[in-house]
Amino acid sequence: MITGLRRVTKAGFVGFWRNAYVSLASIFVLMVALFVIGATMFVDQLLNVSLAALQSKVDINVYFVPDAPEDEIERIRNAVAALPDVTSVTYTTREQALQQYRERRQGDEISLQALEELDENPLGGNLAIQASETSQYENIARFLDEQRAAAEPQSPVIDVINYDQNRDSIDTLTGVIDATEKASLIVMGILLIAAILITFNTIRLAIYTSREEIAIMRLVGASNMFIRGPFMLQGIMYGFIAGLLALLIFYPLLIWLGPRTELFFELNLLTYYVQNFGAIFGILVGVGVVLGLISSTLAVARYLRT
Amino acid sequence: MIYFDNVSKLYSDGRAAALQEVTFQVAPKEFVSIVGHSGAGKTTLLKMIIAEDKPSVGQVFYESLDVHRIPRGKLPSYRRKIGTVFQDFKLLPHKTAFENVAFAMEANGRTDAEIAENVPQALSLVDLDDKIWNFPHELSGGEKQRVAIARAIVNQPDIIIADEPTGNLDPIATYEVVQILRKINDLGTTVIMTTHNKGVIDEIERRVITMDDGRIVRDDATGKYVL
Repeated sequence: MITGLRRVTKAGFVGFWRNAYVSLASIFVLMVALFVIGATMFVDQLLNVSLAALQSKVDINVYFVPDAPEDEIERIRNAVAALPDVTSVTYTTREQALQQYRERRQGDEISLQALEELDENPLGGNLAIQASETSQYENIARFLDEQRAAAEPQSPVIDVINYDQNRDSIDTLTGVIDATEKASLIVMGILLIAAILITFNTIRLAIYTSREEIAIMRLVGASNMFIRGPFMLQGIMYGFIAGLLALLIFYPLLIWLGPRTELFFELNLLTYYVQNFGAIFGILVGVGVVLGLISSTLAVARYLRT
Repeated sequence: MIYFDNVSKLYSDGRAAALQEVTFQVAPKEFVSIVGHSGAGKTTLLKMIIAEDKPSVGQVFYESLDVHRIPRGKLPSYRRKIGTVFQDFKLLPHKTAFENVAFAMEANGRTDAEIAENVPQALSLVDLDDKIWNFPHELSGGEKQRVAIARAIVNQPDIIIADEPTGNLDPIATYEVVQILRKINDLGTTVIMTTHNKGVIDEIERRVITMDDGRIVRDDATGKYVL
């Protein structure tokens, strides 16, 4: 058993080396396939980060009337926070709102003087609400509207909900995000299928050149596993080397591309590559090895039937 | 040790038959030559013995074993009992002479020590001591065929099957190959060989089976080439 394993391993390495040209061609094609898979991963990451950045800029603000009772504000705040898909609710008190107003208007003497003229703080508190999906904002806005309608008409709590003003831009953004996610998913799927098919065909052709050898091995009385083993090992080697090469190519490419992606997408791909090197290594080399192994196993199986 | 019982092989169109009602047996240590025109069924007959081809009717026995009832998983171990030699040598192109012979032993699960000992012996028997590390493309036709014979005998099979072993060789190489096959037969291995070559048959002076159109038409104990 161990002797058999050792012989299969040795035959795999020797076959890899003596068929150097075929090995090289398979590795090259597999490398291109893995490069495409890696590139789609990076593009997807860029899209995710920039979409998340866009989404975090979208929120609904609820402005309370200045004399809204604190416990009523607290109640609405808790109720909103309990809604599904609400990721954060930030409460800005009247005093903080005033403070922020002052800071924003620094140097604007007229506004600040006007504020001094007033006896009391004219600003109410507000809630900034963020949801995980832009499509959820409509539900949140409806919920807030219900809250406003439920309050006593003579003593309102909520002054303004700014959803209606932001509605168009939120809707557009939701549409853009949906479409982008769908499109990138479809493109990734197509590229992945193409990469798998190309790899499979290349390895099949590589093994096609060995079909005579396989027939001879059978005639000499080699068991199927003894014949298949070296080819499976070679498939693994193709995938492993192709994965390493793809990783190697990405490095200089990202050194060049990284600062540029940072400008556009707020994500330096080089930093991402370095920080997630373990995972990217695992995915590219892993996919390569699995693809190589499955392709070669299936390709040899053709010649082992009957 | 080989017994054909009324074997016929029909092709799907039902008209042509590669073999028709073939019955014969081969005793241990015999040297049997099978002669006939192309398409007479010689190669089909040999393929039946190594279970490469199936009869439409009849049975083929190796000792008491029905060859075509061997389960697929057991076929490799059955084939290791039979050494095969072909007209086109069928060497593994990316392996040296030594490795080609060693492969048959590796497939048979023999130990490294046995391989190190038996492979040079087998290559020495076919007079290739000095070409052990050459690849097939570096060898002449006769040398390739001798490597193939070394591979066929290295596992000490009970029987050697040679399909037109001299078909691609010049007269001198043909003579050498025939001498080697006779030597192997003298050492106690059964040999079944097909051939076109009249000179070869007349030289061997052993049993000759003549085939025509899928049938055995002559079976002579010390035959001559008659067609």
